Amino acid sequence: MIYDASPVAVGVFLLFVVITLALSFYFARKTKSAAGYFAAGGEIPWFVNGVAFAGDYLSAASFLGICGMIAFYGYDGFLYSIGYLAGWVVALLVIAEPLKRMGRFTFADALDSRFHSRGIKLSAAISTLVVSIFYLIPQMVGAGALIKPLLGFPHYAGVLLVGVVVVLIVVTAGMVSTTYVQFMKGSLLLIFTAVLVVMILYRGLHVDESPRASNEQTVTITASGEKLVNGLPQGTGEGQTDLRPVGHVSRLPDDMKETGPLGPIEFLSVLQKSEVVLWSSKTEHNEDGSSTTTYTPVPTSGADVLQPGTHPKSKFAGLRSDQSISKINWSKINFLSLMLALFCGTASLPHILIRYYTVKDQASARKSTIVGIGTIGFFYVLTLYLGLGAMTSGQLDITNSNMAAPLLAKSFNEWLFAIISAIAFTTVLGTVSGLIIAATGAVVHDLITSFFRVKLTDHEKVRVGKWAAGVVGVIAIILGILFEKMNVNFLVGWAFSVAASANLPSLVMLLFWKRTTKQGITAAIVVGMVSSLSWILLSGDTYSAVYGLPADQAFVPFSQPGIVTIPLGFIVLIVISLFTQRTGTAEVIAKAGQPVT
Amino acid sequence: MAGLDHFSSSAPVNDKGPADDETEEISARNARNGVILFLMYVVVYSTYVGLNAFKPTVMDTVPLLGVNLAVLYGVGLIVLALVLALVYAWLCRSTRNGPSAADGQEQSR
Repeated sequence: MIYDASPVAVGVFLLFVVITLALSFYFARKTKSAAGYFAAGGEIPWFVNGVAFAGDYLSAASFLGICGMIAFYGYDGFLYSIGYLAGWVVALLVIAEPLKRMGRFTFADALDSRFHSRGIKLSAAISTLVVSIFYLIPQMVGAGALIKPLLGFPHYAGVLLVGVVVVLIVVTAGMVSTTYVQFMKGSLLLIFTAVLVVMILYRGLHVDESPRASNEQTVTITASGEKLVNGLPQGTGEGQTDLRPVGHVSRLPDDMKETGPLGPIEFLSVLQKSEVVLWSSKTEHNEDGSSTTTYTPVPTSGADVLQPGTHPKSKFAGLRSDQSISKINWSKINFLSLMLALFCGTASLPHILIRYYTVKDQASARKSTIVGIGTIGFFYVLTLYLGLGAMTSGQLDITNSNMAAPLLAKSFNEWLFAIISAIAFTTVLGTVSGLIIAATGAVVHDLITSFFRVKLTDHEKVRVGKWAAGVVGVIAIILGILFEKMNVNFLVGWAFSVAASANLPSLVMLLFWKRTTKQGITAAIVVGMVSSLSWILLSGDTYSAVYGLPADQAFVPFSQPGIVTIPLGFIVLIVISLFTQRTGTAEVIAKAGQPVT
Repeated sequence: MAGLDHFSSSAPVNDKGPADDETEEISARNARNGVILFLMYVVVYSTYVGLNAFKPTVMDTVPLLGVNLAVLYGVGLIVLALVLALVYAWLCRSTRNGPSAADGQEQSR
């Protein structure tokens, strides 16, 4: 059995939920004003904010998704780690301080600081909501995926549970409770990931020669919906069977059987000279209406495991294909597009940007970003060991890559499994609460008070914000249930593309080009958002994963839109700004001395 | 303790936020330093992405420590981000009220 009901896991999990809620109710008494609710009154200490950055940013995609991708496909998963971290360089060196100087509650404040334009507020608010919703879906899916094996609840129950807890966190104390939940989560994630990596290195690598480790496995879904594993009903009773856990080394250098404890560099160099069993899968649809997926072991050299683009099932498989010059290699363009989106996306994510308003000044914004880079960078280096450790742990579930990290912990002991599972759950809580607070800020400040010009008192803003949090929470729950089958990390890649296409051109040009106009900013946000969303909806990945259609029927040649839509946002901003110089620049508006709509 | 203590909830936070320690001159100097460091990182990151896309076999070479270039370069990019962040923090150390403010302002002239 890969998954057993674990009372320890349930106990630790409930303890984490209770601590999280207690923290939220404690801060609720201190949060009364809109500034306190939406931006923690600018009173969060920079170190706490820096670790909270990690808690906010290291989502289910980073912890569950990347670890699973490395465990299943090797180095290709690590490409995400590198791209996600590189984006922080843009955030620190280009965006952080000006954003803090120009804004107050939302990133639309900063964009609109020179223009006072309702068009900018509306487009930035819609962009914030779209990106937040896109980012929320994989978090909620991750929560459901986690709860299912951990507590034995169905997927929807996990999504519902996360939704309710998160709404409680946000409704009680807004940004203050969200920040401290993220601080707690960020700290625990780093500490226990480091512990796990030390244990991986101490255990070293060993060869598993047992036949059960390398036998083919099948999963059949019958026409009536029954699940058969290796031809028998799935379960633990008589006449039933379950999937065998997999993931092992089939050969070590110099015919060793086990290595004993290894250092961090030694672990990688030994693995490079070893052979690991990875798994390929193929699904066939049978005449009786059933479908059978066959999982086949594929012994793979360690050198291939640690190289990009070598696994045939990976999203980056086309990197090593040699096509003639005359034929465009869309896989390479897709890869370039994703790496560009990851690089540009971080500094465009609304829930990350609003964290700059929770500290008192620019110096604190800078210091907290540096702490964020340190903690997040450390974690991403560890993901390589987590993924490779899971790959060789003998505990993988071949049907679910998202569970690689918790199952890796289970290969050591029950307590570590319980703690890592609970941390993975708080990972979801921390990120989702940050996303919901970003969305509610956009609704209250950008839409209701700025665009619709509804006059609200401070107290009313907080009350409306709490209702908005509830509504966004319900939307997140519904989408989390509907998108159950989607890959967690994959969806986050889309959110980065939309954020980078819609928001980054405006942020950068506002800072570096004096001729930027309000019309240029509004047009760039709208075009960037619509073009990237349309591209995603017409891509091969969406055709196969969402519509159930063959990917080669897709309208666009590759799935990641960034390489087209990010430059498009810049071009639109420049062209529209040049055409609207007489009315739209900040200087013209200032001279006219009137608010602009 | 600096960086950890929550500020007093009674601290005044007006519409524009608390007063900032950094003058426009210092902010401009920080922005200039930030862009230079950013461009340095862009070159290193673009080279990495370009090699993976167009010369992936280069990543297979094992230059040192028995670990291939893909791993060394990837981890190196993460470490470089932190190093540049620390360099940036050092370059931005002076503020209006700080001990080295005068130096910083002198240089920016």
